[in-house]
Amino acid sequence: MRYAPLLLVALAWEAAPRLGLVRPDTLPPLSAVAQAWVKLLLSGDLARQGLASLEDLVAGLGIAIVVGIALGILMAWYRPVEILVNPLVRALYPLPRSALIPVMILWLGLGAASKIASVFLGCLLPVVLSAYNGARGVDHVLVWSALAAGASRRRVLWEVVLPAAMPEILAGVRNALALSFILLVAAEFLIGQRGLGYLISFLGEGGVYDAMFAGVVTVSAVGFFADRLYLMLMGWMLRWRE
Amino acid sequence: MSALLRGLARWASLLSLFVGWEILARAHVFSDFLLPSFSAVVARLATDVASGDLVLAVGLTLYRALAGFALAALAGVAIGILIARLPLARWFFDPLVSIGLPMPKIAFLPIFILWFGVFDSSKILMAAFSAVFPVIVASWAAAEGVERAMLWSALSLGAGRRQLLWEIALPASLPQIFTGLQVALPISLIVEIVSEMAMGGEGIGGTIITEMRFADSPGVFSGIIAIAIVGSILVKAMELIRRWLLVWHAEAQPV
Repeated sequence: MRYAPLLLVALAWEAAPRLGLVRPDTLPPLSAVAQAWVKLLLSGDLARQGLASLEDLVAGLGIAIVVGIALGILMAWYRPVEILVNPLVRALYPLPRSALIPVMILWLGLGAASKIASVFLGCLLPVVLSAYNGARGVDHVLVWSALAAGASRRRVLWEVVLPAAMPEILAGVRNALALSFILLVAAEFLIGQRGLGYLISFLGEGGVYDAMFAGVVTVSAVGFFADRLYLMLMGWMLRWRE
Repeated sequence: MSALLRGLARWASLLSLFVGWEILARAHVFSDFLLPSFSAVVARLATDVASGDLVLAVGLTLYRALAGFALAALAGVAIGILIARLPLARWFFDPLVSIGLPMPKIAFLPIFILWFGVFDSSKILMAAFSAVFPVIVASWAAAEGVERAMLWSALSLGAGRRQLLWEIALPASLPQIFTGLQVALPISLIVEIVSEMAMGGEGIGGTIITEMRFADSPGVFSGIIAIAIVGSILVKAMELIRRWLLVWHAEAQPV
């Protein structure tokens, strides 16, 4: 019942081109898009390009998460790192991250490396800032009592600061996840070669619009379910909290 | 004193970034093509600003991004408040928004090209479409969170429905709505630049891509610096507007 409006939208999508309200070549009916999707699936294109996208996304986002958390916590934990890095982070934060894609192409060429680097650079700062804010917000009493109880600084970092900063870090990573999709698809539009973004723009330029719509629906669905899955993971990782 | 130190550290670290860049480039660790020297990039920036090309390109991008943002702000606030107040609107929009918010809207770019072409309207609508969802969600939550007691006391003092909306509900939800707008503005700029890169034509995104194709790396770097400056100014401006609009609010009071 909750998703009934979606059914309405789907019906309108099917009916509008069939009734001649819009031209079928600008909006192919939903049934044609579904057929095109099945054809893409059976030909293996969808799986091949999807896997290629997934590879680049996971690599870029994964490196951004690891480096970002490390850098953010170091910033909160060691004064010199903070003094050195924090102003840079703040100065670079407002830069519209998509502007870096051409530089990555200049540096790394038209290939997977540029896509991975674009995703990495785009996602790094949100993770750094969330880890920094999370680690800075850790209750000092927790840190002092762990130190007083004889824990080494390294252990305090791993067993007190990191878990306490986790809620904020996970929220930052969720932002980074959304950004990573934007950057990857944008990079695939511009670089081509492989990936779902490339598939969509390739089909669009070839005028195969029913398949192009199928590709757009696929990317949207993947983005949506990735976010839902991540929310579940987040709930599971924070299950120890009240 | 510590504020002064922080200010110094801020400039020192930016300065050392630029100096490091210059030294790295001058030492020819990388070729001039990969890393033009900072001074060459600044010189290029100055020439392009003086010739008016850069001002025109950045201005066009800014106009499109802000137009898209304005559309997203108007539609987003209206839809958000409708959802909070009309059960029918909530029934219809709730599933659409819950799917639309996390969806990578950038994938719709080829559809926007198909529907609206590769010129202004297409680029503006693309930015608006990408930025509208955070505004809807923020306004919805804000309108829902307005304290009942405040509405009741206004009603009992004789306020009409229209006054209730304009003088109580909207100002009370303004801080949260504004937070949504502060999320939406950078998104519209990011998406605007991608659209320009993909569709080509005038505007800083298209300019940078053309320069990249001609292997004109000082041009690419100066374009990025220009857009970085614009991005910082926009973010700062939003903060200032927020402070100015919410002077009356508790968040503006000194702690």
